[in-house]
Amino acid sequence: MIPTSHYLFLSLALFTIGVIGVLTRRNVIIILMSIELILNAVNINLVAFSRMFGNVNGQIFAIFVITDAAAEAAVGLGIIIAFFRNRPTVLADEMDILKW
Amino acid sequence: MFAPIEDLYRLAPELVLCTFGILVMLAEPFVPRKRSGLVAFLALLGAGAALAATRLSWAHPGTAFYGLVRVDDFSIFLHFVVGAVAVLVILGSRDYLEREGLHRGEFYALVLFATAGMGVMVSAQELVTAFIGLEISSISSYILASFRRNVPKSNESAMKYFLLGSFATSFFLYGVALVYGATGTTLLSRMDSASGNPTLLRLGLGMIFIGLAFKVASAPFQLWTPDVYEGAPTPVTALLSSGPKAAAFALLLRIFDTVFAASQLWVWAIWVSAALTMFAGNLAALVQSNVKRMLAYSSIAHAGYILVAFAARNEIGTAAVLFYLVAYALMKLGAFTMVTHLGGEGERRLEINDYAGLGSQQPAAAAFLTLYLFSLLGLPVTAGFLGKFYIFNAALKSHLVWLAVLLAINTVISAYYYLRVIVVMYMREPQKEWAATPIPRAVGLVLVLTAAGTLYLGLFPNYLMEFATQSAVLPR
Amino acid sequence: MSGDYLQNYAPLLIHLLVAMGLAGIILLLSTIVGYHRPTRAKLQPYECGVRPTGDAREPFSVKFYLVAMVFILFDVEAIFLYPWAYIYRDLHWFGFVEMLLYILILLAGYIYLWKKGALDWNR
Repeated sequence: MIPTSHYLFLSLALFTIGVIGVLTRRNVIIILMSIELILNAVNINLVAFSRMFGNVNGQIFAIFVITDAAAEAAVGLGIIIAFFRNRPTVLADEMDILKW
Repeated sequence: MFAPIEDLYRLAPELVLCTFGILVMLAEPFVPRKRSGLVAFLALLGAGAALAATRLSWAHPGTAFYGLVRVDDFSIFLHFVVGAVAVLVILGSRDYLEREGLHRGEFYALVLFATAGMGVMVSAQELVTAFIGLEISSISSYILASFRRNVPKSNESAMKYFLLGSFATSFFLYGVALVYGATGTTLLSRMDSASGNPTLLRLGLGMIFIGLAFKVASAPFQLWTPDVYEGAPTPVTALLSSGPKAAAFALLLRIFDTVFAASQLWVWAIWVSAALTMFAGNLAALVQSNVKRMLAYSSIAHAGYILVAFAARNEIGTAAVLFYLVAYALMKLGAFTMVTHLGGEGERRLEINDYAGLGSQQPAAAAFLTLYLFSLLGLPVTAGFLGKFYIFNAALKSHLVWLAVLLAINTVISAYYYLRVIVVMYMREPQKEWAATPIPRAVGLVLVLTAAGTLYLGLFPNYLMEFATQSAVLPR
Repeated sequence: MSGDYLQNYAPLLIHLLVAMGLAGIILLLSTIVGYHRPTRAKLQPYECGVRPTGDAREPFSVKFYLVAMVFILFDVEAIFLYPWAYIYRDLHWFGFVEMLLYILILLAGYIYLWKKGALDWNR
C-alpha cells in the first residue's frame, strides 16, 4: 500500500508547479494550462483522501471538478480566440489597454 | 431513493432559472431578429418567476438533497436579492444591447444561469455544492464580460477576469480538498464534530478564504476589479458589482459562521483585510478620471465596509451585512444603469469631465446620479447612510473601535471623489456638445425602482432590517 | 502483505523489464552496427511518403478550435454516465428518468449548437 502522504506530496508538487506557472509565464495559453494543472492537483487530493477515508465522496467530487475544468477550458479558449481576433498577441504583459 | 417533492420546492428558484435559461437559449436561434424583444421578455419572465419560486420555497424551510442545500431565512433573503438584481439587470440592458448591436438571447440566458449559480451559492450547505454554484456564476460572468466581442477593451477585461478568476477558484477548490482531507466530510454542519487534523483544516479554510476574498474583491486580492469593471459592458458591470458579490459574501458568512474552527482563527485576517480594502479602494478612486473605473474602486471600498460588519462576528453584524448588501446593490445598479445610458453609442462618454453641464442639460439624469452618489457616500435619508450606521453599530458592539474609526476616515476620503462628480455635473461648463438622448422606458423603470428603493430604505428601514435580523440567525 | 503484493505483480514486472530491455538492445545494436549516410530525402519529415509542403507549425483555422471546444464539453459530460451506470440497478426508474433529463439538457445544448451553425464547417 502506498501511504496517503505520497499522493499528497505529488499533489502539492503539481499545485506548486501550477502556481509558479501562473505567476511567471507570459503566454496566456500556458497560464491556462497551469490552472488546469492546479485543478488536477485537487483531483489527486480528492481521490487520495477518498481512498483514505474509504468513502466514495471524493471520487464523485473529482468528476465534478473534471467537468468544471472542461467548461473553464472551453470558455477560456473562446475568450482567447475573441481576443486574438482583435489584437494578435497571446502574451499577458501586452494586454495593457486597461491601466491606470 | 426518490428525492421527496419537498426537496424540489427547496430548489425551486434555481430550477426555474435554469429552465428559463435553457428556454431563452433555445428560443434565440428560432426567433427572427425583428422580434428579438420576445427573448428579452421571456428572460424577464424567468427572473420574475424565480422571485415567485423563492416565495414558494420559503414555505418549505429545511435541508434538501441529503443536506446539500438548505432553505432558511438567510438563503431566502439573498435569493430575493440576487433575483431582484437579475430582474433589474435584464430590464436595464435591453436598450443598451440594441444600441450596441449586441442584442442576442445568450446575454439573457447567461444572466439567468449566473443568477442560478448565485442561488446555489447562498443556500449551499456543503463545499462542493458551493463550488458548483460559484463556478456556474463565474463562468457565466466571464462570457458576459467579453460580450462586446469586437472591442479590444472588452476582450482584455474578460481575459483578465477569466485568468485571475479561475486561478482564485482553483485556490478555493484546493482548500475544499484539504478540508475534506482534514475532516472526512464536506458538509459544513458536520465539520464541528469531526475531529480532524487541525493544521490541514486551517490551511484549507485559509485557501477557501483567499478564493472568496477574490470574488468579493477585498484587498489584497482586488487588483482585477478596476480593469474588469472598466472593460466589461456596463450592464454587466452593474451585475458583477451587485449579484456575485452578495452571493460570495453569503458563502463567506455561511462557512465562517457554521464552522467553528474558521470563526476562531480568521478574525484577525478579516480585520486586516477590511482595513486594507477600504484604503485601497478609496485612495485609488481619488485619482480616477473615468467614471466606470472610479465606481469600480468605490465598489472595492464598499467591500471593505461590508468586511467591517463581517469582522464584528455577531448577529448584529450579519444583519448589517445583509442590509448593506441590499442597499449597495440598489445604488450600484442605479449608478451603473445611469452610466450605461449616458455613455451613448460605443460607450464613449465615460470621463468625469464629460459630465460637465449635465445638471442643466439633462436635469433628470443628473438628479438620479446625484442621489446614487449621495447614497454611496452615505448621506442621511439614503439607504447608504443607514447601511453604514448599522455597520458602525455592529463594529462598536464588538469593541472594534479602531476599525470603526478607519471606516469614518474612509467615508470622509470618499466624499472627495463622489462630490467631485456632482460638482462637475452642476457647476462646470460643458467642453464638448453631447446629444441629449431621452431615457428609454425600461431604463427609466430601473432608475425609478432603484432610486425609490434607495430613498425608501433611507427613510423606513425597519421592515427590511427586521427581515435581515431574522435572517442573520444562522444554524450552527 | 508486502510479500503477497510483490508475488502478484512480479510476472508483470519481469515482462516489463524484458520488453524494455529487448527494445533497448535492438536500438543499441542498430546504432552501433548500421551505416549512417544521411541524405536530404532521409532527413525530411515523414508525411506518409508525400513530399512535405510548408512548415508544420502554421496557424490553424479558428474552426478547429470551435470543434475542439464543443468536443471537450460533450466528451466530458459522458463521465457522469459511469457512476450512474455503476448503481443503475439500485436506482430503478428514478435513475432512468434522471439520466433522461440529463441527456435532454445536453440535447438542448446540441440543438442550440446546430441552429447556431457551429457544426457547419463551411460557414
